[in-house]
Amino acid sequence: MSTEGDRKGRFGPLYKGSEGQYSWLLHRVTGLAIILFLFAHVVDTAVVGWGPEAYNRVASVYHNPFVRLLELGLVAAVLYHSFNGVRIMLIDFFPGLTRHFRALGIATTVLFVVAMIPVTIIMGSGIIDLLRGG
Amino acid sequence: MAAGTQVRTNEPPPPRPLAGRGRPGRGFELWAWLFMRISGLLLLFLAVGHVLIMHVAGRGVDRVNFAFIQLRWASPFWKTWDWLMLVLALLHGVNGLRMITLDYVRPSSVRVAVNSFFAVLGAALMVLGTIIVVTFDPASWPRP
Repeated sequence: MSTEGDRKGRFGPLYKGSEGQYSWLLHRVTGLAIILFLFAHVVDTAVVGWGPEAYNRVASVYHNPFVRLLELGLVAAVLYHSFNGVRIMLIDFFPGLTRHFRALGIATTVLFVVAMIPVTIIMGSGIIDLLRGG
Repeated sequence: MAAGTQVRTNEPPPPRPLAGRGRPGRGFELWAWLFMRISGLLLLFLAVGHVLIMHVAGRGVDRVNFAFIQLRWASPFWKTWDWLMLVLALLHGVNGLRMITLDYVRPSSVRVAVNSFFAVLGAALMVLGTIIVVTFDPASWPRP
């Protein structure tokens, strides 16, 4: 077991579990997920150049409840990364806002959760329709 | 680096912002830092708009098929939107990956190899996407 001083000494004061740590981690994880999806998404969209038969076969991949769940996660990742990116820019370009660091973090989270409510209802009902064989 | 986040309002703000990466002094890293913010701001509209239009609104991807793209890419507006988003998102993402490998891939030779791989992949996809967006002619395919 390590003491508080021990941990501070080894890793610095950054990883103490404040909100900033989680938004930093979430920004990375969501960014990574988005760019990895984008690599595949450019290729699947490019298939449109090979005509209707080829493209519609690729598009049919989305007619699957599990893929649609991943898609919901993707939309969540894009929204979180965007809102948190705005917060980062605000603090970068208006350093005085560091005074409201916590409030900005809370505002970002609230905005994300509020935006996700209708998105989850809309996309979720589509997933349920698929599960019912619609 | 980061002091506590509890700051009383009558105190001056902490010397270094606690969010994001500190602004690099100059050279390529400064331009990369600036590019991430400018492209991020543009992608806030391009990517969020794209996701809401294509994946959420109007039954989302249920309605997306060749005929849908045929109709959509008949408009220079959507072609420009999609091409701009393609270029900005790939550059933003590949540079973001470079930031991540800087933290987690310690041997510089491996890091250069990983970064080069993503740079080449990004460039190839940018070329592929550009060719498709520019050459796609909705009228050359039969109407459904």
